Amino acid sequence: MISIVVFPGSNCDRDLKVAIEKTLKKKVDMVWHKTANIKKSDMIFIPGGFSFGDHLRAGILATKSPAMREVERLSKKGVPIIGICNGFQILTECNLLPGILIKNRNPKFLCKSVNLKVDNNSIFTSSFKNNQIIKLPIAHSQGNYFADKKVLNSLEDNNQVIFRYCSAKGEINSNFNPNGSMNNIAGIINSSKNVLGLMPHPERAIDLTIQDDGILFFKSLKMYL
Amino acid sequence: MTKITKKLLSQHNLTEEEYQKILVILNRKPNLLELGIFSVMWSEHCSYKSTKKWLKTLPTKAPWVICGPGENAGVIDIGDNDALVFKMESHNHPSFIEPYQGAATGVGGIMRDVFTMGARPIANLNSLRFGEPKNSRTNYLINGVVSGIGDYGNCVGIPTVGGECFFHECYNNNILVNAMSVGLVKKNKIFYSAARGKSFPIIYVGAKTGRDGIHGATMASAEFDDDSSENRPQVQVGDPFTEKLLLEACLELMNTKAIVSIQDMGAAGLTSSSFEMASKGNKGIDLNIDKIPLREKGMTPYEIMLSETQERMLMVINPEYKKITSEIFNKWGLESVEVGRLNDTQQMKIFSKNKIQCNLPINDLVKNSPEYDRNSKKKSISVKYSSKKKDISIKESFKKIISNENFSNKRPLFSQYDFQVMADTILGPQESDSAVIRIHNTNKAIALTSDCNPIYCKADPFYGAMIAVAECWRNLCAVGAKPMAITDNLNFGNPEKDEIMYEIKESIRGIGVACSSLNFPVVSGNVSLYNETNGKSIYPTPVIGGVGLIKNYRKKATISLEENGKIFVIGKTYGHLDLSMYKKIVFNEETGQPPNLDLIQEKKNGNFIRNYIDKYNKELIGVHDISEGGIIISLAEMVIKCNLGVNIKVPPKKNKKKWLFGEDQSRYVVVVREKNCIEKVAKDAGVFIESIGSVKGKGLKIEKLFEISNKELINMNRKFFMDCFS
Repeated sequence: MISIVVFPGSNCDRDLKVAIEKTLKKKVDMVWHKTANIKKSDMIFIPGGFSFGDHLRAGILATKSPAMREVERLSKKGVPIIGICNGFQILTECNLLPGILIKNRNPKFLCKSVNLKVDNNSIFTSSFKNNQIIKLPIAHSQGNYFADKKVLNSLEDNNQVIFRYCSAKGEINSNFNPNGSMNNIAGIINSSKNVLGLMPHPERAIDLTIQDDGILFFKSLKMYL
Repeated sequence: MTKITKKLLSQHNLTEEEYQKILVILNRKPNLLELGIFSVMWSEHCSYKSTKKWLKTLPTKAPWVICGPGENAGVIDIGDNDALVFKMESHNHPSFIEPYQGAATGVGGIMRDVFTMGARPIANLNSLRFGEPKNSRTNYLINGVVSGIGDYGNCVGIPTVGGECFFHECYNNNILVNAMSVGLVKKNKIFYSAARGKSFPIIYVGAKTGRDGIHGATMASAEFDDDSSENRPQVQVGDPFTEKLLLEACLELMNTKAIVSIQDMGAAGLTSSSFEMASKGNKGIDLNIDKIPLREKGMTPYEIMLSETQERMLMVINPEYKKITSEIFNKWGLESVEVGRLNDTQQMKIFSKNKIQCNLPINDLVKNSPEYDRNSKKKSISVKYSSKKKDISIKESFKKIISNENFSNKRPLFSQYDFQVMADTILGPQESDSAVIRIHNTNKAIALTSDCNPIYCKADPFYGAMIAVAECWRNLCAVGAKPMAITDNLNFGNPEKDEIMYEIKESIRGIGVACSSLNFPVVSGNVSLYNETNGKSIYPTPVIGGVGLIKNYRKKATISLEENGKIFVIGKTYGHLDLSMYKKIVFNEETGQPPNLDLIQEKKNGNFIRNYIDKYNKELIGVHDISEGGIIISLAEMVIKCNLGVNIKVPPKKNKKKWLFGEDQSRYVVVVREKNCIEKVAKDAGVFIESIGSVKGKGLKIEKLFEISNKELINMNRKFFMDCFS
């Protein structure tokens, strides 16, 4: 069973469910945020959207939901947790991942497809070639990853940066950084390597006629499961 | 009791004649609350009093039309028990005063119109018109409007997939913000607004009522002057989070049998929704105004009834389902309160503190609202001509046009909208002539576009409106969609002026003729009048929002190029330059007549294109309609999009300027892999086809005239919008 935690204001929950059913052929349990008991779950997703309308600060109010206590508990047991976009913001707000996502360098909302360089050294990316360059859509106004030097260094030293914004040729510099993230960070894992947060939307890229680089992401998850 | 003075009537935008009509209906004097209700129900915005006589003439029927104008939105059948619900609506006046909130609430309002009918919105479009960029407020307005649209739609999670953005000095003091929303519903799950049931309860749901937007409908029915910014408190404030909750709660409740009828509270708020529901169902209502959830203390019944607070709904509920209704709304953290009961009296009785505050005959107020056949007269147009220089080369002219704000690459605008959420956007903004959205979990897709050329409409509103419909039809054909139906958003000046009324009547006549001929019915729409400031009106702008159907979304066309592709133009090029963007941008000249439009030819060419996309998809590389700017602009847009090049030969014996920039109608650029096939199919179909060149290397090359590199082209083309939002 795969779980998706749904908050008031989540809006990528359905897209994620469709993608999981299509690529993983697994049953999906939509867990309402007030649920205080997540039963057996092989993997938990925190979807994109605007939980609680982004009121106060993106992701902060969602950390107060009972379901997040369960996510914290299960993460300690090694259950893989994946937060996409607003899900990434929520995971940093409840300290399951280090750092924080602040307003984009240009504070306007930004929806576009970006190139990413993938580190395949994780259960979430094992189907990619190492340093493979892929294309995924982003859509956010608060995806600018920020952390202090110490955190940043430890992320780099432990190979916890899994996705990085880059050029089509793989160059990593500020010209190919859509939101101002430190070290061009688009996605990270925690030190135990079972919690992933990423700003791009793999669930929107599983269709040949639109974009399909998300398929390898879900393929990696399938291999793990 | 308040004395009804002339001043009070004029504050309520009611004429003496209309007041006399009220006295006849009531057989007594109204109190202030009743007068307020009359004023909003009889406002232009709610009653369509200047236009309904003419709107009735529009073609609204076809075998696939499930519901035409009159409901919250129009509904069409797209097969397999699926139906599309759609409408376009203006939020012009509020957006000029407060662009962010004005535009945001416009988007919110139109989505509520769609989900009120049981449909989940699946795509939004916006048709925007601003004044000249050099006008001091233009940049502020466009930044506010685009952020407002984006923040609202993005938060609710509905993709904003396209639309228009056009600049002209006629909008310097009256911008246009027309928002369109399209939703999907099962044919047997459509909800309507007519109240039904014996003494069934009336439930209020959603946001608490505040003082925002009181008299919004009346404001939208009056001209502006220099002090209009004082109207800011009349602009409503939007909360997309509440809208998202309301959307999910309503759709969840619609899966039960609780809702008998439902109406959103849009313009004129609680007044309009309660009167409309009761009137359509021939019912009466006892409304207890003390039960209305309030955001502010001390609100009077007058303020409560006239508030335009957003994100609210009124529903008639089957009493057996009261419990589940409140459970579902509780789950989503929304208030749901029983505020009244239906009865068979056909009277609206509003109670407060057990005293009757208002007692009005519903049908007299709704169905006998004023209907005017206002005077109309054509006014000869003063020739607009300012440039003296006539010796500008084709290359220089082209550079001016491709750098102009009306042709600049809108990526910095569209990227502020989440156009991919819901993961069914097959073709997003600027990828083709229409946006293409897949019907979830099927092979079907719908195509969406909105169009209007106000310069044509100003010169000849009848022809201009016909061309707007035809261009919309063409843009749908150009992606391979069968055009199904339209929604129209009619934006004009003050209808009490003869020349404006003439523009209104002629535009509606033009829409009617084109829609009849193309079998393209009008299923919903909106009228926005009094778009004037200090007596100066906008150009007539009847915006046409079109919806088409693609049976197999894999068979579609985009504005693509491919090395060695063969380029053709379908349809005859005569070289019509009057009122063209060439004349406007290069010489600031707006003279003459719009191009000729032959609707039979339009149909023939469009059907050919659709057939070719469907049957010869493997032969096809790209399709692009030819409209403002002519052939050269269509080609340049393809070059810029694909970063490839074209080599074009102007056919012999043609005037190069006219051939390149002419805006003759019913034409398409088509790029194919092989020459013979398309020529044969075109010949068999009796369609005019002309070979004009091929796809080669990089750059835009017009043989014996000029060549421009892609780098220069892209830089010129993207500058305006990049600067605009930086």
